[in-house]
Amino acid sequence: MSDFETVIGVEVHVELNTRTKIFCQCPTTFGAEPNTQVCPICLGMPGTLPVLNEAALEAAVKAALALNCRVAEKTKFDRKNYFYPDLPKGYQISQFDEPLAADGWLEFDVDGQARRVRIRRVHLEEDAGKSLHGAADEATLVDFNRTGVPLIEVVSEPDLRSPEEARAYLTKLKTVIEYTGVSDVKMEEGSLRCDANVSVHRAGSDFGTPVELKNLNSFRAIKLALDYEVERQTKLVEGGGAVARETRLWDEKAGQTRPMRSKELSHDYRYFPEPDLVPFHIDPAWVAEVRGSLPELPDAKRDRFMAEYGLPAYDAGVITGSPSLAAYFERAAAAAKDPKKVANWVLGELLAYLNAHELGFDRIPVSPENLAALISLIDRGLISGTIAKSVFPEVCATNRDPEAIVKEKGLMVINDEGAIVEAVDRAIADNPNVVADIRNGKERAMGFLVGQVMKATKGRANPETVNRLVRERLGRT
Amino acid sequence: MPITKDEVRHVAALARLQLDEAAVERMTGQLGIILEHIARMNRLATEDVEHTSHTLPAMGNVVREDVVHRGLDRDSALANAPAREGPFFKVPKVIEDQEA
Repeated sequence: MSDFETVIGVEVHVELNTRTKIFCQCPTTFGAEPNTQVCPICLGMPGTLPVLNEAALEAAVKAALALNCRVAEKTKFDRKNYFYPDLPKGYQISQFDEPLAADGWLEFDVDGQARRVRIRRVHLEEDAGKSLHGAADEATLVDFNRTGVPLIEVVSEPDLRSPEEARAYLTKLKTVIEYTGVSDVKMEEGSLRCDANVSVHRAGSDFGTPVELKNLNSFRAIKLALDYEVERQTKLVEGGGAVARETRLWDEKAGQTRPMRSKELSHDYRYFPEPDLVPFHIDPAWVAEVRGSLPELPDAKRDRFMAEYGLPAYDAGVITGSPSLAAYFERAAAAAKDPKKVANWVLGELLAYLNAHELGFDRIPVSPENLAALISLIDRGLISGTIAKSVFPEVCATNRDPEAIVKEKGLMVINDEGAIVEAVDRAIADNPNVVADIRNGKERAMGFLVGQVMKATKGRANPETVNRLVRERLGRT
Repeated sequence: MPITKDEVRHVAALARLQLDEAAVERMTGQLGIILEHIARMNRLATEDVEHTSHTLPAMGNVVREDVVHRGLDRDSALANAPAREGPFFKVPKVIEDQEA
């Protein structure tokens, strides 16, 4: 298989989080009762006319600029004609030959290597409704709430060379869009959706026939579907067969791709200029204004975190992978003395806690100030790192002042050496056999006594102090 | 012939039109006349003429504010549906696999 090369291009649809739909004033709230966010325009009733939502245009320009695209000075909408029940007009208003923006690029890391993918275009279009299949009787049920929600379609050039790269590109794309704030980018709610074109060819020969993959609704699905498809095509070509140009669906349950049966999507869309919308002229001065409103983007933030906080590239990359996490870190770092320690806690205990409780970075339960306060308890020698880790879940669950929790639980470090001596003496008295072993030269048995003392003091004694005292009391200094 | 009968049948199928043989014959002739006309215009020197994708190019950008205005309540939306089931429009079963 090693003499085969893979070529992947990706199309991503991103729902913009405007209050209203792209061409009508219906709300876009996710999860509303079926068919309660509809009007004559998005239902495609005769005689209605679309009017572009200026917020959708601005959001699309913002995203395009964040993806390093050139925004067109003139752009227009076109009709993409096909029949499907979730498309009430019988066409989708999209953009064909004069997209809003083109010629961008995006950089991302794969295994520590920087890669750059060219972005062919970014255009605006309207979303379709939702069909519910598999009902008991022979019918399809349709909910038009999503019909007309604004989308941008981001089309990459076929610059990706492996499923891992495709996944890394999508992760970065999601992050950049999330930073711009124009979308919720929640794959599980369908606000970020992905199709891929994939082909294989022998090294040195021309690109193979691309197959379009649909239904890639999670990062996991993207990787699995592409892995499957690369293997399928490679085997096919190795066996002397030819790859058919077709659209295939990823079947998550079966763990395989299969050809779509419909002739509906035969790519015979008969695009033509949308007569109901006049062409748009985008003022470069306005584009410059929008550019100025962009927040600090992930690459710039990562570089700044490395320079300003002295974080390693990897740590800075993970933390700036989410704008919420990056903002959290900055607040905690401002409240703490050592930003590196904050980064270690964020990447270690905090991420583990969030994973275990299935919490997103926008729902971090412990305030950055309380995290900084916990770290400060260690720095001030009031608790050990082990104790800090053991109370961390409670600090998260309650978001109370860590010092108060530690005091209530009596977990402060025992500074009173007398109390430790007492515990050491008790351990010696309780374990005569061990003491005998030590006296007979079995030095390692000392560790057992230290362990007993740590247990008796609930980990609050300084282990080095305990070590020293055990030796002293046994006269083995 | 600027357009073949098969092309007419294909376009008719895409538009969900059912044409009998006589209609295919008639449409092939009529569409042919239109295409011939277009071909004649294509021979004109139009390099310096801007595309007229719209008859109202001078209107400027027409946009609206992002302000919610409630549309139809559900029963009104569903009132003219040929069939409904609960809160949904009901249409003949789509054989297609699920699609985003």
